[in-house]
Amino acid sequence: MPLTLSNVSKIFADSEHATLKHINLSIADGEFLCVVGKSGCGKSTLLNLIAGLEMPTEGEILLDGKPVTAPGADRVVMFQEHALYPWLNVMENVAFGMQLAGVPKKQREETALRYLELMQLSDYKDYYIHQLSGGMRQRVNLARSLTMDSRILLMDEPFSALDKQTSNRLRAELQDICMQTRRTVFFITHSVEEAVYLADRVVVLSAAKKGIAEIVPIELPRPRHVYDEAFIEYRRQILEEVQEDKG
Amino acid sequence: MKKNRMPRILQQLFFLAGIVALWQIVCLVGVDLLHVWKSYAMPSPAGVFSSFCRLLGDGSLLQATGNSLLRGVTGYAISILLGGLLGFLMNHFPFLHNNLRPLVMGIQTLPSVCWVPFSILWFGLTQQAILFVVVMGSAFSMAMAADNAIANVPPIYKKAALTMGATQKQIYWKVILPASLPELISGLKQGWSFAWRALMSGEVMTTCIGLGQTLITGRNLADINQVMLVMIVIVLVGILIDRLIFRALEKHVYKKRGLL
Repeated sequence: MPLTLSNVSKIFADSEHATLKHINLSIADGEFLCVVGKSGCGKSTLLNLIAGLEMPTEGEILLDGKPVTAPGADRVVMFQEHALYPWLNVMENVAFGMQLAGVPKKQREETALRYLELMQLSDYKDYYIHQLSGGMRQRVNLARSLTMDSRILLMDEPFSALDKQTSNRLRAELQDICMQTRRTVFFITHSVEEAVYLADRVVVLSAAKKGIAEIVPIELPRPRHVYDEAFIEYRRQILEEVQEDKG
Repeated sequence: MKKNRMPRILQQLFFLAGIVALWQIVCLVGVDLLHVWKSYAMPSPAGVFSSFCRLLGDGSLLQATGNSLLRGVTGYAISILLGGLLGFLMNHFPFLHNNLRPLVMGIQTLPSVCWVPFSILWFGLTQQAILFVVVMGSAFSMAMAADNAIANVPPIYKKAALTMGATQKQIYWKVILPASLPELISGLKQGWSFAWRALMSGEVMTTCIGLGQTLITGRNLADINQVMLVMIVIVLVGILIDRLIFRALEKHVYKKRGLL
């Protein structure tokens, strides 16, 4: 188990942030874990805790047996949007993390180009961010997160600001990439459909319980299709669970 | 864009020529015909031009402009360093942000001429006295601009860099500095205009050769045309610096970010 949360609680002094209580969760190597739940149930808080951007009030988060105390490149976060740097072009953005790590220029550009090709973006490597569409920006963002080769990839509603068509295409691409590379992913979304499409297991967070309501393993072969009967059944089951939550 | 450019500059030139013509007419009518103004109290385009030729001919105009520019740039550079540092510190330390910032905010509103008595007492009628006025006149606005520019960097830029393993130093150099650049440049621009104005307040009080001194000489000789000439040169230098340095800088920085 690369990542384990044992008895993790986070209590905020203000009421703006959702409280989490006694979370126990492990993520296996190469597992794709999705977290769903109503807004305000603490999904982002959970991600911030794992990322090390916030510290738990009690409990412990272990990555490969070592406690998480600060943000680090072994837990790269791909954010919703606007996290790309407008003063850098596509290539420089994708290579940014490697630059921080001191990877030589030639080597980091080779790696960046490989991921840009994977995302079909190599023609746009010299573009600046404002010249790209929302979907392309998130593909650049994904490429940047992938280059880091982090132990676990944290994704904070990466496709939710995009239109439906674009987000469907992107999640299909993400599924392909994960099938090829077997990344360990912790993925937050408010879309149950997205979760069932991508996840090995779906964690339903409840605002009422301030914790995990249920964990549903999705036993469907990949690539998945949203109109399969079994897919629809999973989706219905989880959606009911989410909607029952009286947060 | 290119197509529009030439006619626009021509248009501006015509506009200026119109103003000069109007000014000359007002002089002719107001001074010679109606005697509203005494001739020594009203500069005329022709008079300013002859002052220009005279001061250009004996080399004093170029020398004064060069001296002032050099002084202005020196003072400005010092205030960028001091103001930038102060702004950074105010942003970095909550204690300074809470206590020092309101004070700096207040001092920033002081007209630079208020520093003249201090500067004379401390430095005498010297170059340093002028530099002191320039630095005091612009460093505080620069500090405020730097503080605001850093504070306005979207937190997500820092968060993203942190989760990619950035150190505190890398956050400052590779994220905060470039992210705040557009705002920093507006701050630099404002700082320059403050510095340039403060320079004149400083120069008119000393006997160091410079535009301010040329202006005061004009006053002492009751040569209103020379006073006017110096005022025009001060404006021209201001416009020139804006066009040559700040516009170019803005263009470079804004274009990448799609802000143009």
